[in-house]
Amino acid sequence: MKPVNFDYARPGEVSGALKLIADEGLTVKIVAGSQSLGPMLNMRLVQPDLLVDITGIEELRRFDERPDEIEFGACITHADIEDLRIPDVTCGALPSVARGIAYRAVRNRGTVGGSLTHADPSADWHSIMAALGAKVVLRGPAGERTIPVEDYMLGALEADLGPGEMLVSIKVPKLSRSARWGYYKSCRKTGEFAHAIGAFLADPDRGVIRVVIGATESRPIVITDAGNIIGDGRAERLDAAFDSHAVSEVIEAAGMTNPIDKQTHIVALGRALEQAQSA
Amino acid sequence: MAGQGIGASLLRKEDDRFLRGRGEFVADIRLPGLRDVAFVRSPVAHARIRGIRIPPQYKDVVFTAADLKDVKPIRAVSGLPGFKASEQPILAFEKVRQVGELIAICVADTRAEAEDIAAAVEVDFEELPAVHDMLQARQPDSALLHEHWGDNVFLETFVDINMEAAFDAPIKITREISTARQSMAPMEGRGTVAVWHNRMDQLVLHTGNQQPHIVRNGLAECLGIEQLQIRIISPDVGGGFGYKGILLTEDVCLGWLAMRCGHPVRWIEDRREHLTAGANCREHYYKITVYADRDGKLRGVECEATVDSGAYSSYPFSACLEAAQVASILPGPYDFPSYRCRTWSVATNKCPILPYRGVARTGVCYAIELMMDAIAREAGLEPYEVRLKNLVRPDQMPFDNITKKHFDSGDYPEALRQALAKIDLPGIRERQKKAEPDGRLIGVGLSIYCEQGAHGTSVYAGWGIPMVPGHEQATARMTPDGGLELRVGVHSHGQSMETTLPQVANEILGIDVAKIKLVHGDTEYTPYSTGSWGSRCAVMAGGAVATASKEVAGLAMRIGAHLLQVDFDQVKLVDGSVVGPAGSVTLQEIAHTWYRRPQDLPPSVDPRGLESTIGYKPVRDSGTFSYAAHIAVVAVDPEMGDIEIIDYVIVEDGGKLINPMVVDGQIYGGLAQGIGTALYEEMNFDSSGQPLASTFADYLLPGPTEVPAPKLGHMETLAPYTQFGVKGIGEGGAIAPPAAIGNAVNDALKSYGVELLQSPMTPRRVLEAIEEARNKRNKRMPEGVSA
Repeated sequence: MKPVNFDYARPGEVSGALKLIADEGLTVKIVAGSQSLGPMLNMRLVQPDLLVDITGIEELRRFDERPDEIEFGACITHADIEDLRIPDVTCGALPSVARGIAYRAVRNRGTVGGSLTHADPSADWHSIMAALGAKVVLRGPAGERTIPVEDYMLGALEADLGPGEMLVSIKVPKLSRSARWGYYKSCRKTGEFAHAIGAFLADPDRGVIRVVIGATESRPIVITDAGNIIGDGRAERLDAAFDSHAVSEVIEAAGMTNPIDKQTHIVALGRALEQAQSA
Repeated sequence: MAGQGIGASLLRKEDDRFLRGRGEFVADIRLPGLRDVAFVRSPVAHARIRGIRIPPQYKDVVFTAADLKDVKPIRAVSGLPGFKASEQPILAFEKVRQVGELIAICVADTRAEAEDIAAAVEVDFEELPAVHDMLQARQPDSALLHEHWGDNVFLETFVDINMEAAFDAPIKITREISTARQSMAPMEGRGTVAVWHNRMDQLVLHTGNQQPHIVRNGLAECLGIEQLQIRIISPDVGGGFGYKGILLTEDVCLGWLAMRCGHPVRWIEDRREHLTAGANCREHYYKITVYADRDGKLRGVECEATVDSGAYSSYPFSACLEAAQVASILPGPYDFPSYRCRTWSVATNKCPILPYRGVARTGVCYAIELMMDAIAREAGLEPYEVRLKNLVRPDQMPFDNITKKHFDSGDYPEALRQALAKIDLPGIRERQKKAEPDGRLIGVGLSIYCEQGAHGTSVYAGWGIPMVPGHEQATARMTPDGGLELRVGVHSHGQSMETTLPQVANEILGIDVAKIKLVHGDTEYTPYSTGSWGSRCAVMAGGAVATASKEVAGLAMRIGAHLLQVDFDQVKLVDGSVVGPAGSVTLQEIAHTWYRRPQDLPPSVDPRGLESTIGYKPVRDSGTFSYAAHIAVVAVDPEMGDIEIIDYVIVEDGGKLINPMVVDGQIYGGLAQGIGTALYEEMNFDSSGQPLASTFADYLLPGPTEVPAPKLGHMETLAPYTQFGVKGIGEGGAIAPPAAIGNAVNDALKSYGVELLQSPMTPRRVLEAIEEARNKRNKRMPEGVSA
């Protein structure tokens, strides 16, 4: 369990990283926190010619708070969010989820951008970011594009990255004072990957009702207009408005037919609603 | 020094280096010129090898079976009638029989480069159908691992004791019960550093091992050299649990290589090798029927047990130890008159099954204890009532049970009563009648077992495996400055023997434990021993150290009497000094006299000096029987299938405890492993014989948040046949938890009609069992009625 021989580069600018990953003659992997890539290298599941370490790029460690959103760089760690080094604009949603990712040692090194790009279906960020309506910013030879986070994962371990393209930042919208969110995951043990995730955001003042069923076989099931499942988001108890049949139909339509998988995912969403948090 | 002997909870001497990160494990060894080894391993479970292609540039650093022609395969033959021997080739020859089997040795300056070479070696396989299921493997149409056997059964055993007398019992319950295959998981994996010394004409093999002398036996046989030409050094060992008691083919490869290549070589097992190619254990399947009277009195037990022994018989415990033990220990701590048990040790295309802490007992306890609860449910009794009705009583001790196990002492019902006193059973029963606010279901489960430890010659001669323990020897030797050196052939892989064996010597001699040093883990320096296994070290090595210390005490007292100018029968040894009617002389002064001022000794002085090597056996070698009652209280989430242990009680009796703190530590660690068996650990294989877990992300172990702090209680019934009344207790913590937790889960889910009979009890298994019970209920309902 030792990696193959590879070259290593640590550019100081995004432009430098883009140049390095543009070489089509090489197998190039970007590395940041190395919490998933490290083991994959050791097991030789990944055999790169060149590893481009992007943690030396200052731009990717910055954040920018605007009136309606916060944008932060791809190399922001889970612990940065947990410890509020990144201001929270989500009524506690992101710090709370960060605190439940794996173990502190992983959170100290693992990055949000790395987790999203690794595209493990059971990773927390994909589900909660999709519930919050976050977007990712990708930069490549053709310039920059911004896409909803739920479109970034194409399938298990597959992100929507073109040749020579990399994720540079994440944009998370600010929630209104009326917002409520919930996140529930079921794990075999503390710190392990989840086998069912339910998440939602009800932000009636912004007209946003979103529901996410995560930790599926592939990309999370994201319902961007979930009024039929949890109502308009103004009910005092959101779990009372929960239509589990409606969500059952949606997840079945998305291909999840095993009754136990369906049950645990619906229960996870139900519990997220029961435990709704507000500002 | 007083207050350091038997019964003192001394802090561990070895922790001074371990807690500072200064332990020295195999992977810490650096020798000049050391090169690394990686292996080409079989990626398939069952195949013929058609050819091996080594790239020309690697011809000199890759070795295959063709190079090892003079090396003998590992043979671990049991003397039990009908046992079929397997030959485990050191490097695969003609055929591979498990994923991970060694095919070639690759040597390079670093492990990474050695892995590059291994990846460049190509092997042509003709794949054969894989035998992945032990029950199918017993069928006549199954593919065969060892063709000349004609079937896949290492050994079949059968015992029948008056079984038919139980057939008229009013309660008859049959169940199929199984425990998953596991991979025992010491923090440190296996590893070997080997070097040939010309001056000593000797192969020195460093390997983290529980049984250095046994490894030397096996290695000498495989390599065809004299035992004098082999020295096994086992440095610090980061956990063993049985995995480090085995002679590995890797050890033999490294030994062979070191004898030829002119430089030291190293192989450090990585976690993927550990999980996929070694360390397998535990996979049992029981079809079991219990017969009982309406009052819960057990009339008989009838069982067919199958153990998946994997591809080869591993050295020294053999492929049949586990199943053959099942037959002899299934009756547990109970007294009943009729018994029948048939066992099969079955060969499959998986790693050889190895003895893991508790060995067969964990599975056996799970099987029999689930059945005791089934009887309770059928008879409408509390589970503890059924047990109290059937446990061997203290007035029956010592008791020869139905399989002729000699239970030496104890009060089993009292352990159960004391455990019950630590939970509020009536309160839990009341609580179960009301719904929990969080929707979970509460359940309580018991299990009780007795554990044979330190069993000796008479027991193991019967199994006929390559290793039969005889007298356990120890050396005690005073140094010129009054210190004491102890040499033992057992090895501490976490048992704290660097502390506890000096405590034993302190009890006899009164020398400060800080001045007593344990020398172990080196065949060059220690007396022969079968090593650390079978919960035997406290009893056997402790007994040997006590015996040798007594000899040294007698020798010192003679010299002391001379120095005090009194008769021998006028002196006593008190707290490290020989005391006469008027005056005393310290052991330090006596040692100084013997070594440094022999002119002060009389001509008649005993020439043995202040040193003794002597063997020890308990008065009876049928083993000590420690025992414990465990109670688990769990909360089961019927929607998610999650199980939380909300209370856990253990009351144990290990006889006299040398160091109670160390015993508590053993119990905590065992409990964690038992919880792993109960809820998390499972090494699955697909139908082509591929192991499905290769990292700890797939193979789940309990962590700190999954292991509760148990309420511990101790009883102390002295063992009648051992020094100080000590009993072996090293494995017990890992035996009872699956049964206690399993019974608690079934108790919680009683209203659902669920009875889970398979470990680990994963969330999915819980939900599937609930679903299945619901479907069964619905089927039974007449049409139009909903459940």
